[in-house]
Amino acid sequence: MSDKAPRLSDPGLPEHVHRKADTDPAAAKKAERQVAILFLISALGTILFIYSYIWIRTDRFVYIPVMGSQNEQQLYMGLGLTVSLLFIGLGAIHWAKTLMPDNEVVAERHEFRSEEADRADFVATVKEQGAASGLGRRSLIKRTLGLSLGLIGLAPLVALRDLGPLPKKSLEETSWKAGTRLVVDPSNRPIKPSDLEVGGVVQVLPELAPGEERTLNNNAKDAVLLIRLRPEEFELSPERLSWTYQGIIAFSKICTHMGCAVALYEQQTKHLLCPCHQSTFDVPRAAKVIFGPAARPLPQLAITVDNEGYLVAQKPFTEAVGPSFWERSS
Amino acid sequence: MSSGEKVAGSVANYVDERTGAAKWLKKNLTKVFPDHWSFMLGEIALYSFIILLLTGVFLTFWFDPSQRDVIYHGSYLPLNGIKMSAAYDSTLHISFDIRGGLLMRQIHHWAAILFMAAIVAHMLRVFFTGAFRKPREFNWIIGIGLLTLGIVEGFLGYSLPDDLLSGTGIRIAEAIIQAMPIVGSYLSFFAFGGPFPGTAFIPRIFTVHVLLLPGIFLALITAHLMLVWYQKHTQYPGPGRTEKNVVGYPLMPVYMAKAGGFFFIVFGVTAFLGAVASINPIWLYGPYTPTQISAGSQPDWYMGWLDGLVRMAPPIETHAFHHTISWNILIPGLIVPGIFFTVLALYPFIESWMTNDKREHHLLDRPRNAPNRTALGAFGITFMLVTLANGGNDLIATHFSLSINQITWMCRIGLLVLPPLAFAVTKRLCLSLQRSDRELVLHGKETGRLVLLPHGEFVEVHEPLSDAEAWTLTQHEQLPPLELEATDVHGVRRPGGLRNRLRARASRANAEAIAKPKPDDLKEIEHH
Repeated sequence: MSDKAPRLSDPGLPEHVHRKADTDPAAAKKAERQVAILFLISALGTILFIYSYIWIRTDRFVYIPVMGSQNEQQLYMGLGLTVSLLFIGLGAIHWAKTLMPDNEVVAERHEFRSEEADRADFVATVKEQGAASGLGRRSLIKRTLGLSLGLIGLAPLVALRDLGPLPKKSLEETSWKAGTRLVVDPSNRPIKPSDLEVGGVVQVLPELAPGEERTLNNNAKDAVLLIRLRPEEFELSPERLSWTYQGIIAFSKICTHMGCAVALYEQQTKHLLCPCHQSTFDVPRAAKVIFGPAARPLPQLAITVDNEGYLVAQKPFTEAVGPSFWERSS
Repeated sequence: MSSGEKVAGSVANYVDERTGAAKWLKKNLTKVFPDHWSFMLGEIALYSFIILLLTGVFLTFWFDPSQRDVIYHGSYLPLNGIKMSAAYDSTLHISFDIRGGLLMRQIHHWAAILFMAAIVAHMLRVFFTGAFRKPREFNWIIGIGLLTLGIVEGFLGYSLPDDLLSGTGIRIAEAIIQAMPIVGSYLSFFAFGGPFPGTAFIPRIFTVHVLLLPGIFLALITAHLMLVWYQKHTQYPGPGRTEKNVVGYPLMPVYMAKAGGFFFIVFGVTAFLGAVASINPIWLYGPYTPTQISAGSQPDWYMGWLDGLVRMAPPIETHAFHHTISWNILIPGLIVPGIFFTVLALYPFIESWMTNDKREHHLLDRPRNAPNRTALGAFGITFMLVTLANGGNDLIATHFSLSINQITWMCRIGLLVLPPLAFAVTKRLCLSLQRSDRELVLHGKETGRLVLLPHGEFVEVHEPLSDAEAWTLTQHEQLPPLELEATDVHGVRRPGGLRNRLRARASRANAEAIAKPKPDDLKEIEHH
């Protein structure tokens, strides 16, 4: 197939036009000087780079409009490097454009397909050598080789097994237990209902047993937001209402979409917003999703006070916190 | 003979007697490369990669890829006494206490951004000019591989400092792994050495970022360049340029000087950006902790489209038989990108199926002369731009005081409406440009000179095109659509009727064109 329609005729490569430096020795000399100057400017740039490295102090800052405050040493080293690199490039290109030959050259292309004879020879060789090896005839060898090659592929997979433990139930568990005190992050101070005003919000973590240390692994599941509303603002089922205490409601701070910290609380609308993907949760309605990609409300932690008047968890979370996973049931 | 020549001669002799290199070099030092600005896009990608290797090696001398807890006592006082990982601590050390450290970090980051931008621009050039056609399909697939790995490599790279912003990105990546049906939570626990975040991922992604992926990059780039070398570069159509030749400058000296010089220019530009333009100021974000986040969290630009897709996903999950499938993560995080990259990689084969064109092509298409392909490209670009815009929906909302919910809804609708619209508009534009080419060849250029004819009429003088210009505008092929009959010569229905109808339709769409001028048309004009 091809386009058989008559075409205009190809006029062929245009006549070569000489540059000024090709015909005029003075112009060539001038171009040579220009290239040399460009290379010299580059050398000056490297000197600026070395000077800045040694003699400019590390702790000084300069202000550049738009770009803001910059470390003086890093700035001048960078500018020195810029000049040294850029002008080598400019010099080389100016040299190529003014002094090196600019005649266009034509080279032939050849089809990649091999000659018919070579292709036939190749097929014959493969067949002959294949037959000599007996791969086609000796099916026992073929099958056992296939089996062992297949099995050896499993070896690296097996060896990678120790990359990590099996998840077991750990994605569904947090450190919260019945009676765990809520403590303010990072001071680890227990909190009383009177510490939180209406409209207020505070991040809490479970109190640790003495000697235990907080890890990021725990925080990634345990972080809870306490929010205080007026009790009449809630639109909760009686059970969920019993999980609040004097207008204080507790939600997991870990987004049910992709696990970011749901950190933006809008006091006027009582919405919690996740800054990653804008999932929006309505606090008075048990953190129901009202916008964005999250498909589940934030898990609510049942809270009450202990006999000393400090806020504690009534019971662990009743569902897994954080993003969804295959084994999650609810 | 000068002493310099003698030394060079004996070195060359020594090497040649042991390798026979002279024969190969003699042929290849004068290898011809066509010249065009758009052929430099791939060069920029290559040079950025070299810059990344050089600056990256510098950074590894001080970077400590560990999540061991340390208390910061460096020269950046706002973070003094704060508990953080050794990775974050050493990144602060590089930024504030190593002379030139911040500069190298910033050049490295700018070069990564430029690397991805150059790859995308180079890919678009190859796509729109049809340079991926036979015999270059392998190189197209290698290129798509480099693009995909580049996204991963960039993401891992900016995750290494273990700051609050990058840790949030890792958290999101973990959620995508965890969302995979059946194997998700297992894969996540293997990748992170246990529950998120653990203390294993920084050392692990460090190895992948500095050893595994750069190794694969080197292998793929080598293969990519060797194929370019062996198959010879494509060229734009023009007088004297055919499918059988390649017209340009020899490697030595012109191309060496130009390409070598261009490396220094690319390096110089990234050095300038690294010197004056602050990028990824990790000291402002603080160390990573899963309980905190900064508003306006944004990935680097080449991840923005993925983030935008995730942000616009509908909130759908399936809960059944004590299991959960998160469509809100799987569709934007794995399924749509998977389809997109697969179609992209297979496009050379899809196009040759549509046109049944199995010939070698070394002359590039002008995009207007392949309206269907150009329109498909516009479809893809528009799709990406809408998702990218939605990836910045929070910034758009805060900068222009708009409702983020409305922006997200506009993008959701836009993702369905705008790409087909872009396809239709681009196709019409290409045909219009073909029409204007035809006009230009037949009637010449407008000169703006008005002439008063004896009988009082004013006409504008048109200057005919030169032969070279006329050839450039008319040298392309205009192939008729495939004739795929539903029945064969005996009137029997062919098998695969639906596939044939689809193919016939695609072929008709590809063949749509404004007839280019023929020699007869021109002669006719001359008679008038």
